[in-house]
Amino acid sequence: MSLTALTIGQARDRLRRKDFTARELAEAYISAMAAARPLNAFLVETPERALAAAAQSDVRLQKGNALPLDGVPVAVKDLFCTEGVETTAASKILAGFVPPYESTVTANLWRNGALMLGKVNLDEFAMGSATITSARGPTENPWRRKGDNRPLVPGGSSGGSASAVAARAALAATGTDTGGSIRQPASFCGIVGLKPTYGRCSRWGIVAFASSLDQAGPMTRDVRDAAIMLQAMAGHDPKDSTSAPLPVPDFEQAVGQSIKGLRIGIPKEYRLDGMPKEIETLWQRGIDWIKSAGATTVDITLMMTKYALATYYIIAPAEASSNLARYDGVRFGLRVPGETLDAMYENTRGQGFGAEVRRRVLIGTYVLSAGYYDAYYLKAQKVRTLIARDFNEAFKSCDAILTPTAPSAAFAVGEKMDDPIAMYLNDVFTVPVNLAGLPAISVPAGLSADGLPLGLQVIGKAFDEETVLRVAAVLEDAAKFDARPAFVAGSA
Amino acid sequence: MSALVKGRTGEWEVVIGLEVHAQVISNAKLFSGAATDFGAEPNSQVSFVDAAFPGMLPVLNRFCVEQAVKTGLGLDAEINLHSVFDRKNYFYPDLPAGYQISQFSRPVVGKGKVALDMPDGTVREVGITRLHLEQDAGKSLHDQHPSKTYVDFNRAGVALMEIVSEPDLRSAEEAGAYLRKLRSILRYLGTCDANMEEGNLRCDCNVSVRKPGGKLGTRCEIKNVNSIRFVMQAIEYETRRQIEVIEEGGAVVQETRLFDSGKGVTRAMRTKEESHDYRYFPDPDLLPLTLDNEWVAKLRANLPELPDAKKARLMRDYKLSAYDAELLVAEREHADFFEVVAKGRDPKLASSWVTVELFGALNKLGKSIADSPIAAGNLGELIDLIADGTLSGRLAKDVFAEMIAGGKSARAIVAEKGLKQVTDTGAIEAAIDAVLVKEPDKVAEYRAGKEKLLAFLVGQVMKATQGKANPALVNELLKKKLAS
Repeated sequence: MSLTALTIGQARDRLRRKDFTARELAEAYISAMAAARPLNAFLVETPERALAAAAQSDVRLQKGNALPLDGVPVAVKDLFCTEGVETTAASKILAGFVPPYESTVTANLWRNGALMLGKVNLDEFAMGSATITSARGPTENPWRRKGDNRPLVPGGSSGGSASAVAARAALAATGTDTGGSIRQPASFCGIVGLKPTYGRCSRWGIVAFASSLDQAGPMTRDVRDAAIMLQAMAGHDPKDSTSAPLPVPDFEQAVGQSIKGLRIGIPKEYRLDGMPKEIETLWQRGIDWIKSAGATTVDITLMMTKYALATYYIIAPAEASSNLARYDGVRFGLRVPGETLDAMYENTRGQGFGAEVRRRVLIGTYVLSAGYYDAYYLKAQKVRTLIARDFNEAFKSCDAILTPTAPSAAFAVGEKMDDPIAMYLNDVFTVPVNLAGLPAISVPAGLSADGLPLGLQVIGKAFDEETVLRVAAVLEDAAKFDARPAFVAGSA
Repeated sequence: MSALVKGRTGEWEVVIGLEVHAQVISNAKLFSGAATDFGAEPNSQVSFVDAAFPGMLPVLNRFCVEQAVKTGLGLDAEINLHSVFDRKNYFYPDLPAGYQISQFSRPVVGKGKVALDMPDGTVREVGITRLHLEQDAGKSLHDQHPSKTYVDFNRAGVALMEIVSEPDLRSAEEAGAYLRKLRSILRYLGTCDANMEEGNLRCDCNVSVRKPGGKLGTRCEIKNVNSIRFVMQAIEYETRRQIEVIEEGGAVVQETRLFDSGKGVTRAMRTKEESHDYRYFPDPDLLPLTLDNEWVAKLRANLPELPDAKKARLMRDYKLSAYDAELLVAEREHADFFEVVAKGRDPKLASSWVTVELFGALNKLGKSIADSPIAAGNLGELIDLIADGTLSGRLAKDVFAEMIAGGKSARAIVAEKGLKQVTDTGAIEAAIDAVLVKEPDKVAEYRAGKEKLLAFLVGQVMKATQGKANPALVNELLKKKLAS
């Protein structure tokens, strides 16, 4: 069995048994990363860094005092600032920007022994659902439809992360999820993606998209790996005022625990008109698995669901329009000169930002403008409160909620692209979770009729990632998802 | 008291509200740990947070909140236990994030008041609308290069308190009195140095004119005036300008103006139509600011004595006039100095020596009380020497001059120069006798009823003793001799 086929859990145990070294594992992934270049998942490869870290891991492994993630090669979404390594958020405006600091989440990973393979692609500033708005070109999904070789999108915005993990070009990856950017690409690429509770992972050092929604999380091959990764990534950070001052529980311990007696909510509002039959079927299968594992299901109502997308597409752009104001050509990144100060701003931002980012900055500026603020931003904030209340009410009668992750499987490059609204609809099941700040996971649960992975989503109470992981592990066991993408790095 | 301004068509009333930006005394900035020292090398006190690098996040400096709340309490204002930080969005090179973190709809401090002691002895109460915390911007330097602008971010992120007054002020003098009082309160509290030359107290003036008692006129805002004198000049100019515009048949346009201190005029900067839409919204990087009632109560209990209370106490305990007390409490250091001098001594004498002699001398030297060549204890000693008759008032002034010049103690100077007052009646009588002999005409005139001549004769005796004679004694003995 190839080293790159192992999960973190498996690799960790075998590294400790000295079946192979961290250096051997790192080399296997460095080759896989090179082999996966056609996917355009990696923007920057850092093999020397990976090997140097692996050497240190090997010393600890030899001495028997290994750290939790020693030897685990991780791909980092290029939204996390990495000290000394170019960080661009896949935007032209940050081309060449090398941060003199390391994000808290990645620093936590390296402190726990993980090694950085490289930086992976995303939608520009994490704005997108297909990793096609990147200034560095789209990333491909390693999966193909049956009998159709057209390239598919990996989802987004953490599409580089999902593609790299699915193609076995990284053992795990970091992602960020503002409206579904971890869970939807995980679903499209047949991997596990966990968005923790808002505040569980520090946002310090992550290029901001929408501050009240952004949350970092792991993207992995299985549920246990997600727990192991989150354990290392999470924790209170005094540098992020919105980071929760709570202890980090033992997440891995939750994996494999029985769900007997748990009450799982099934929200009727998630049965959309025109949703593909196979999504409906997958969801029903999930319900059956849950029941046969001894949990009960409860019908719940999340009345405000239909307003979630509209609310999200006001709040997220509003925050983004302000967060992205710092890219002005004055202190770092791209500067396109102009005759006047305003011309310099216009040239820099006009040429530095892609079309989707410009669209959202314009929407955000509009909804915050005098005369529109009350009708849009303020109203959206009120609806957001109601959405959170919906979940709180629902959680009085259930312990977790089961839904599909996305309303479709991965689509081809070019599909849905002329209509931004159709693209935004990808986030319909994931967005309410961000608005309420809750933890949720996507687990690969089956294949579509044309052979593409589909995910199920488990949503939990705030700071109850343990129940989310518990239920997700049961779904994973029952689904026995063992299909492999058309492209697996190094196997061809 | 309303100072009306005479125009061509009659009298006008000016309505003024001030927005003061006071830099909070704090070693670190409002949302970063960077230092705040004045006059440091450009861009030497800038953290990645201040420069708004990607992924950087603000963390509120608790001490700055404490300073703001203390200031609120000093302004007798409501403290809002729940307040919110908002983003004020606009583009400018000295604003690194493209937004300023400020407080818009829910400031940390609400309504308060400041009492102004007017020269005519009346007290004017000026309402405070609110006080909120916000970040300062950096500084654009346009004079470093012929075609380029440089930016210094040392000031970017420094904590400011914006203190907004109600439109309760009615003249440039009142505006000046308000700023002086505010400055005094801030310094007492230790929450702002209020040195206008270091730019840590700046003022926006909202000015409009109306017919007395009439509807409010259209206002203009004069931005960023940086001294009390300039504020008064700007208001005076702006008042005249607005009256002229209206009297010429025009209308005042709502706009932002700049004060040109060189020419003493205000100039239009931008009209209301050109004004920014700041798109305020709650900063999602910061939680709402929630204060604990007990914490506020503790701050309140530990407030220092403020100018008004100190003034009342000085008037009560030392029987000082309102004028003297006011003069002494304007700076806490002055009042403290006075209280050391006055301890166990005649307060009127102490007040006069401090406010007249010492302040006068310091003024001439261009020194502050902190650099006074005479320590409070030494001035007290001088007063003791007057009280025990060692020095006459005149001698005391000479000694005082020596003390200012050389920094020596009063006793040392007296001993050194042999300036001791003569209280030996024998010596004085001898001197009197000599004068009486020398001035027989004047003596005769006095005895004929021209009593005013006594002062002349006392003067002659004093002169003969080189001022060392005790004047009271001279007076007494001379009268006796002339009567005999």
